[in-house]
Amino acid sequence: MTDTTSPATTVVCAVERIVRESGVAALVEGRAVAVFRTHDDEIYALDNYDPFSHASVLSRGIVGTRTVEDVEVPFVASPMYKQAFDLRTGQCLDDADVRVASYAVDVRDGVIHVGAPREPR
Amino acid sequence: MPPRKRLVIVGHGMVAHRFVQSAIDRGLTQTHDIVVVGEERRAAYDRVGLTTFFEVGADALSLLPTGEYDDPRVRLLLGAEVTAIDRDARTVTFPEGELDYDELVLATGSVPFVPPIPGRELDNVFVYRTIEDLEAIREAARAGARVGAVIGGGLLGLEAANALAQLGLETHVVEMAPRLMAVQVDDVGGTTLTRHVERLGLRVHTGAMTQAVLSEEGRVTGLALQDADDVPADLVVFSAGIRPRDALARAAGLEVAERGGVLVDEQCRTSDPHVWAIGECAAPAGVMYGLVAPGYTMADVVVETIGGGERSFTGADMSTKLKLMGVDVASFGDAFATTEGALELVYSDAVTGVYKKLVITDDGQRLLGGILVGDASAYGVLRPMVASGAPLPENPEELILPASRGGSSAGASSLPDEAQICSCNDVSKGDILSHLAREEEPCDSAACVTRCTAAGSTCGSCKPVVKRLVEDYFASTGREVDRSLCEHFAMTRQELYDVVAVHGHTAFEQVLQAHGRGRGCDVCKPAVASILASQLNHHVLDEAHRTLQDTNDAYLANIQKNGTYSVMPRIAGGEVTPEKLIVLGEVARDFGLYTKITGGQRVDLLGARLEQLPAIWRRLVDAGFESGHAYGKSLRTVKSCVGSTWCRYGVQDSTSLAIMLEERYRGLRSPHKIKAGVSGCARECAEARGKDFGVIATEKGWNLYVGGNGGATPAHAQLLAQDLDTATLVRYIDRYLMYYVRTADRLQRTSTWVESLDGGLDRVREVVVDDALGLGTELEAAMERHVDTYFDEWAATLEDPDKLARFVSFVNAPDVPDPHVSFGSTRGQAEPAMPDGPVQLGATIPVGGPR
Repeated sequence: MTDTTSPATTVVCAVERIVRESGVAALVEGRAVAVFRTHDDEIYALDNYDPFSHASVLSRGIVGTRTVEDVEVPFVASPMYKQAFDLRTGQCLDDADVRVASYAVDVRDGVIHVGAPREPR
Repeated sequence: MPPRKRLVIVGHGMVAHRFVQSAIDRGLTQTHDIVVVGEERRAAYDRVGLTTFFEVGADALSLLPTGEYDDPRVRLLLGAEVTAIDRDARTVTFPEGELDYDELVLATGSVPFVPPIPGRELDNVFVYRTIEDLEAIREAARAGARVGAVIGGGLLGLEAANALAQLGLETHVVEMAPRLMAVQVDDVGGTTLTRHVERLGLRVHTGAMTQAVLSEEGRVTGLALQDADDVPADLVVFSAGIRPRDALARAAGLEVAERGGVLVDEQCRTSDPHVWAIGECAAPAGVMYGLVAPGYTMADVVVETIGGGERSFTGADMSTKLKLMGVDVASFGDAFATTEGALELVYSDAVTGVYKKLVITDDGQRLLGGILVGDASAYGVLRPMVASGAPLPENPEELILPASRGGSSAGASSLPDEAQICSCNDVSKGDILSHLAREEEPCDSAACVTRCTAAGSTCGSCKPVVKRLVEDYFASTGREVDRSLCEHFAMTRQELYDVVAVHGHTAFEQVLQAHGRGRGCDVCKPAVASILASQLNHHVLDEAHRTLQDTNDAYLANIQKNGTYSVMPRIAGGEVTPEKLIVLGEVARDFGLYTKITGGQRVDLLGARLEQLPAIWRRLVDAGFESGHAYGKSLRTVKSCVGSTWCRYGVQDSTSLAIMLEERYRGLRSPHKIKAGVSGCARECAEARGKDFGVIATEKGWNLYVGGNGGATPAHAQLLAQDLDTATLVRYIDRYLMYYVRTADRLQRTSTWVESLDGGLDRVREVVVDDALGLGTELEAAMERHVDTYFDEWAATLEDPDKLARFVSFVNAPDVPDPHVSFGSTRGQAEPAMPDGPVQLGATIPVGGPR
């Protein structure tokens, strides 16, 4: 989570607006960002741009879990060609060389705020 | 490098084709240029499957659809007749010139034997050998022939009779011998076969010698029989055996056998060491073989021999299995118990028309041969038992008793490795096992074994045994075939379907909690969503289901490469009023949508942004359109022709039927998309046989075809039932579709589903037509429920603010279109422009409002 005092955050919507295990697209600083809510109410934000299909669509993908090295990873499957992206990091689970930007997320009073892209770890 | 040699083959039938393939496979073309000289204009085609010509057409029968071989060292000359062979000069002569050869292979085949009886030269007297023969017979039937008579009740004669019956002719079979298929079956077998054939409406005259073809004023009127009444007929087909075509060889001074055929040795070499003969024109040790399998073996023997290998032809297994008009007939080994001391073991059921006979050695240890009529499912196991001499099980009668009376199809595992499983392609049990056990890329299914070994790829009679061997092998190695849907569900789609139905689940969450693990994924969620929708027919965007839906169902539209959608309203049967067509044009114009006519007789409007979909659909619904489910794994369209209403050839109202069927099955969620078609006559303008189900009008009603497919793996739909009235047709389609919805795998189209069923099309017929599982009423009721609860998904969406809320570009900026989506234009219409990376809204990039 980013510093809650950071000025550069954009209000997306109330948490309740996103159905569990789905995503919405939001406009953040002129960029299309996909914001997801998991079954346990974690909120994640990734670039909406799918690097495989070159289309702005990741928010419309199916959200689920995939077991990777015995860890249950929350992911979104691109609606175009179904590549899976780790919601936590933006890392593509089907291609180690591909990663989409992940954004800092903050929930205040039930409202989702999205900040700057995070540096890849 | 030695100079290249030239090998000339005279003839391009099935055996010559096999020769060329074998020559390419075994590297003979590395030393030899091959020139194939075929007399027919057509390249080799499947003459064994000739009887299906009316159903599948000439293209499907072709063994070389491209008309040329991939290997550039093989040249194919068609429509070219060799008139002479000069053995001294080693040349063959054509009307146009000559061709030198180093090796000459004769594969000239055979001609039908037409006995010298009066009237055989009349019009409407045919033989049954080539596609052209069948075309001529069909022309005669179209020109008004009503009654046909086939002279000859052997294997080919019955196939010819089947062809006549298919053309709607009243059909007679006239056989000189006291029974049908006298070479293959005994008297009881023949009687059983006759009963089957007569039940299908054919008239059989056995022990009947034809004396003349009768005529009046040059027109055929019937057959005169010795010691029997005349048979009336206006079309006659001779199918009284074949004769080898050995005239060319005779003229060249090659030795021929006493009863015809080019005499060859065990290497299929003629009396000239550079001339060979294979197939039906050859007579190894003086005997001619009228089956394709021995011909194939001869082809392989010559390829090996010329290539320097050692292989001989020492006789062939004359076993036969065929399905004639739905009746299984098989004959193998010593079918007539001529071996000294041979014993017969007979099972006969006159009610169901099944006759099975095993011929065994006097000590009961080994199988010598047998005859199967009405049910030849045991053939695949029995025939190799004869050839391999494998010991019989303790109770050999179990091999022929029906399964319900203690019999079983087992036995394959007891065969020795050298037992030949596929006689067409000479594949042994050991060959199959070695493909399953090999280190690199072992075969993982029966289909893979068929691809890799060719076992089962010709006549298909050994397929059940191949499957059995594969299953036994996997069982013996403890290998379990993982049939899990995904990591969240350890079940197949069919098992999941049953579980949902039995427990009455209504939501994915319940199914996951009860039968799965984890949180689901993009494989199991849409699969369960589809199963729930098939059973409950709720709105797929209801809250409990919307996050399960796959890409297109999620927004009730088809996503395109740039993230926009296409819109396709239903145009049932392809029928649309001018007013509605104008509305489509106006909507497309007002929203700037690229417009294209689809193959399913609809209009596709492409390039709609997500947020435009509700406004577009408001206009369409107001104009009377409804969802076309182009986005769903569900019924797409029922394509039709204009039928008897307008067409001068139409015999039924295909358009009305198509509309009725499309409106009946619209919205049915299924394992994959379903396409259908209805043609108003046999010209088949609606291309119904390329569909999951297709209906073709006949004079008497409708023929129903199932399991067709276009696309990457085209398949012709196969005939399930014929001359149905509309009510029965609908009942059968109800059952067929619901059976598919219940039992198919995820994303399995009907063509592969039918193939995957144990028993294939026969199984579908048992369930749908014969109602063998007693499921008919249940399947119909399920479909009735679907029909009763149908509603238009788009109209319902427009009425629900909660569902509409999802159709926005950005949740926090619903008025701003996604800057990433942009368009160019082509031929006066929109086309997607694809930026290389994410596009950021900003000063440097102009942002257009919604177009």
